[in-house]
Amino acid sequence: MTAALLFAQVEKVATPKLDWAATAPLLILCGAALLLLLISSLTTSRPARGTYAVITVLASAFAIGTAGVLWARVTDAERGAFTTAAGALTVDGFSVFFIVVISLGIALSALLADDYLRRENLDGPELYVLMLLSGAGGIVMAMANDLIVVFLGLETLSIALYVMAGFNRRRAESRESAMKYFVLGAFSSAFLLYGIAFIYGATGSTNLGDIAGFLNANTLEHTGLLLGGFALLLVGFGFKASAVPFHVWTPDVYQGAPTPVTAFMASASKAAAFAALLRVFVSTFAEYRLDWQPLIWGIAVLTLVVGSVLAIVQTDVKRMMAYSSISHAGFILVGVQAATAQGVSAALFYVLSYTFMIVGTFGVATLVSGKGDEHHGLEAYRGLSRRRPGLALTFTVFLLAQAGVPLTSGFLAKFYVIGAAVDAHSYALALIAMLSSVVSAFLYLRIVVAMYMTDEEGAEPGPRVRVPLGAGVALGLAVAFTVVVGILPQQVVHWADRAIPVVLASGR
Amino acid sequence: MLSAVWLIPALPLLGALLLLVFGRKLGEPWSGVLATLMVAGSFVAGVVTFLGLLDRPAEERQFLFHVFDWLPVGGFNVDIGFLVDPLSMTMVLFVTGVGALIHLYSIGYMHGDRGYPRFFLYLNLFAFSMLMLVLGDNLLVTFLGWEGVGACSYFLISFWFEKMPNAVAGKKAFVTNRIGDWGYMLGMFLTFTTLGSITYFAKDGSGFLQHASGLTGVTATAIALLLFVGAAGKSAQLPLYVWLPDAMAGPTPVSALIHAATMVTSGVYLMVRVSPVLAQSYHWAPQVIAWIGAITALFAATVAVSQRDIKKVLAYSTVSQLGYMFLAVGSGAYVAAIFHMVTHAFFKALLFLGSGSVIHGMHDEQDMRFMGALRKLMPITASTFIVGWLAIAGVPPFAGFWSKDEILLSAWGNNKALWAIGLVTALLTAYYMSRQVFMVFFGEPRWDQAHHVAGEAEQSAAAVDDERTDVAHGVAVDEHPAPTPHESPWTMWVPLVVLAVLAVLGGGLNLPFNHDVSFLANWLEPVVHATEVVPDVATATKVGLAVVAIIAALAGIALAAAVYLKQRVRAVEPELLLHAYHYDDALAAFFGGPGEALAEGTAMADKLVIDGAVNGAGTLVRAGGSRLRVVQTGYVRNYALGIAGGAVLALGWFLVRAGL
Amino acid sequence: MLLNQFLLLGAVLFCIGVYGVLARKNGVLVLMSIELILNSVNINLVAFGMMGGDAAAITGQVFALFVITVAAAEVGVGLAIVLLIYRNRTTVDLDEVDLMKG
Repeated sequence: MTAALLFAQVEKVATPKLDWAATAPLLILCGAALLLLLISSLTTSRPARGTYAVITVLASAFAIGTAGVLWARVTDAERGAFTTAAGALTVDGFSVFFIVVISLGIALSALLADDYLRRENLDGPELYVLMLLSGAGGIVMAMANDLIVVFLGLETLSIALYVMAGFNRRRAESRESAMKYFVLGAFSSAFLLYGIAFIYGATGSTNLGDIAGFLNANTLEHTGLLLGGFALLLVGFGFKASAVPFHVWTPDVYQGAPTPVTAFMASASKAAAFAALLRVFVSTFAEYRLDWQPLIWGIAVLTLVVGSVLAIVQTDVKRMMAYSSISHAGFILVGVQAATAQGVSAALFYVLSYTFMIVGTFGVATLVSGKGDEHHGLEAYRGLSRRRPGLALTFTVFLLAQAGVPLTSGFLAKFYVIGAAVDAHSYALALIAMLSSVVSAFLYLRIVVAMYMTDEEGAEPGPRVRVPLGAGVALGLAVAFTVVVGILPQQVVHWADRAIPVVLASGR
Repeated sequence: MLSAVWLIPALPLLGALLLLVFGRKLGEPWSGVLATLMVAGSFVAGVVTFLGLLDRPAEERQFLFHVFDWLPVGGFNVDIGFLVDPLSMTMVLFVTGVGALIHLYSIGYMHGDRGYPRFFLYLNLFAFSMLMLVLGDNLLVTFLGWEGVGACSYFLISFWFEKMPNAVAGKKAFVTNRIGDWGYMLGMFLTFTTLGSITYFAKDGSGFLQHASGLTGVTATAIALLLFVGAAGKSAQLPLYVWLPDAMAGPTPVSALIHAATMVTSGVYLMVRVSPVLAQSYHWAPQVIAWIGAITALFAATVAVSQRDIKKVLAYSTVSQLGYMFLAVGSGAYVAAIFHMVTHAFFKALLFLGSGSVIHGMHDEQDMRFMGALRKLMPITASTFIVGWLAIAGVPPFAGFWSKDEILLSAWGNNKALWAIGLVTALLTAYYMSRQVFMVFFGEPRWDQAHHVAGEAEQSAAAVDDERTDVAHGVAVDEHPAPTPHESPWTMWVPLVVLAVLAVLGGGLNLPFNHDVSFLANWLEPVVHATEVVPDVATATKVGLAVVAIIAALAGIALAAAVYLKQRVRAVEPELLLHAYHYDDALAAFFGGPGEALAEGTAMADKLVIDGAVNGAGTLVRAGGSRLRVVQTGYVRNYALGIAGGAVLALGWFLVRAGL
Repeated sequence: MLLNQFLLLGAVLFCIGVYGVLARKNGVLVLMSIELILNSVNINLVAFGMMGGDAAAITGQVFALFVITVAAAEVGVGLAIVLLIYRNRTTVDLDEVDLMKG
């Protein structure tokens, strides 16, 4: 009888159906990571220069390609969005959008890492493996339709990042940044986890679709547990997105981490955080928007102000850019705060434009820093226009884009988020966002001026700057995107408009 | 013919691109020639379009040229398109016309400069942006040009990067303009949310100016005043004007083109363009504009009185004249504003280029105290400069008289106090311009005194950020103790002559005698007919006002002559001197004592209060940043405390929301 | 009710963990404090699971297993980083790691 019962139960356990095509981008990235490990352990001789980077870039390109196929499928009116893996992952325009953004982050950072690793005598497949796995974690976060999966994605993203931050272990700053990032990251994800437990307790489920369904159908007598969960979830997402006051780690970790890793953190990791924030708060907790909107409002204001004000007093360009990335997070939060379709699509447009801008910015910082990754002061940029006019011009484009000067994607990104805020009647927030962009314009200008000032008499010329092929390609792509989308944004806006997250119950 | 409109901005853009690629190869003077030809070609295209527009009956003089869909905003597209109407064509013609002359002038002026091709690259880029600004068919394209001209102005002011003051001046221009842009952006967003469109005119009637009459007073007021903040930033009105005098650190042709003739007038253009919105706002909104304009005009004129740098006088004078234009806009006299904008472009460009010629001839001396009697050595420059002087002073029949007279007339119709301020300003204008002319071209030659007072000169030079400070005094003191001024090459004096002719005849554009000769008013009639306020003044009063204005102008000139030419007067006609002497004593007492104190006081206030406010805001931000930095201690445990604190705050908020 | 007692235990553990992270200088002890927080979450998850129906209960327990796994991975990396610091500075005092600030 016991045997029969066991047998019957075994029969009842159904393995979830996995849609292979839908998870292809994930599988490609993880597969490439394994492939890299395999190659390095099976071959005895060193592979040709750049092999690892090329494999990483190809894998990202394939992931983007399969994402393109998926896009056609989910935007098809008849088929639409769907869930897979027993309702754990959602495949909708939103997921696909972030697959593309994060894969781009991986590819561009890998191109920057190629020469960097050789320069610092760290060459090997490890950083690429970590980058691919971390990116896969980010994609899981963006696709997650279950809070457990959100947590798993977040941890995959983070644990790999802790190691990456300390990758240049000969540099004290790199070790320190790994330490700080790890302690604070683990601390904040513990908060996130506690929040998830609260939400599970309040709604009886961790599935986003079921939670949304439950919240729509029932009016909670006591909302304390649920709202407490909101608060703790915000801590976790706010930490990854480096929103004030959860941003404290950002300057130190961005400054200390190897510069290509910083580029990856600022692009892919931040994008994943916003993906989760948008899907969980704007879509799933839409019913309770009046409760969380004011808090996001406050966080957005703090983030905008602290980011731009603290950036101004920095002298280390990498640290300055870390603070400026905080203020960018504030702008994206302005779009999140609107909590409308327009706000979400503005935030998506911002995330994509920002990815190229920030990778480009840290890419230039990688090149200028020179061997040892140490020339990050403003003085290293003095007279760059004489030594490397092309690089100086490229950097100028990124800085102007970050300042929000028209004809760059940065202007439109700011324009759309502020427009969304105005449309949602958040006039005060729109005003503050504009003011903060005025303040931060000054900071970008400082660097531009430094680059175009000629060397003063007697001052020693800055370090020699080399532009290797990989980094050149990455910077070229980033500039091209920033300028072309600045002039012809239609297609990208169209994509962002169709990438609004959908919340589906686990049943479907 | 109207479709040629795309050529107008395209040619300078092409020029800029060619210079970007081939600039270094072309070198001097061909890169300058290329840039000049492009802007001249743009002028020709402008004339062709103008003729095409003229061909149409007055009420159909509006042509929309669609280039491409630009960006989607809330369900529809903002396109890149051009609006061709009498207003934009007026702007195009004088921007390209004056622009071409200034390009030509720069070929000679920039001779031997290291960054010669780069200079023309920026100049062409500027022309492109300015044309986008005036031709754009919606607020966003105008904003694009708006930012573009700001950026080019910044680049051109900082043209000689090596020198810190220039870079600082460029930065100041950038930051003040950002404050203005902020107003513009807000106005634009508000327009979009309330009217659902930012296109001026659309074929299907959805343009926001086409249904501006549906606006409530409060929204219209808000939009108008926000856009005015933008306009005040760009057009250097109180309190955002600080950057313009500093901007004189740039090369002189830049001052002439950007900081006198074109860019600074774009605020006036914007206000005229959105005049239907202005007409819907509460009646005090235009009054605010008129008063700010009038006060700026008077304020800048008093400051100009005490300036010693030849370009600074002109810079403050520009601020003052722009104040006149806003006075006209606020009084509803849009035609008068545009009219004065055009004539001002002629004579102020002429004066700036003339001063550039003087500086060139004086081997980079800018202090008027070391000039004098230059008319004999630089006859063409002197005679054209004198034409410009008479024009700006408001002496009939020169151009400035007619346009200033119309503004004073509309001010009279609006508010007698505004008229009085305008009149005093006119007197002061005549006075300080005459002072300048007398100090530079008449009197004793003082340019050999430069090296006697080199120390003092250097001090004053440092104070006024004059261009090429180090080079100038290096040359003046070491190599040529007393350089002999000389006339400039033909590329420099030909534009002077052309502009002088325009400054003489410019008044003919809009003569007040009867309806048929009011060419500009008739031409602009389709654009402003709904909003133009025609002052209800009898003909006799008009004539009376004109006579008063002439008397004021002549009085100003006479005062200056008495003060600055008195020795000369004594030498020729001792009889008259006696009279002049008492008169002069009183004047000298006033202008040397309380008057000068007042003028210097305003200059001081300018330095302390306004500059202080701009710098103070920066200092405040930095101080705040330095304070906040302390929080970032570097200790992980403190960071964790920050995160935990944030979590407690967030929890607190939600628990309050949950009612616990 | 039984649930509240579990939740209280969870909350107390959580607070002890947070206090440990904030108060301890020793890197290893900080790691242990973080483990404490994660375990408090596990108690919560299982307790909440006990309240709901069967399907919900499984979710809670499975989640707890996931958390334990992730915590193991996290601690592995964490100890490696602490070791790295120790090898270079022969200390695990977190307050001595403050090169970057401001």
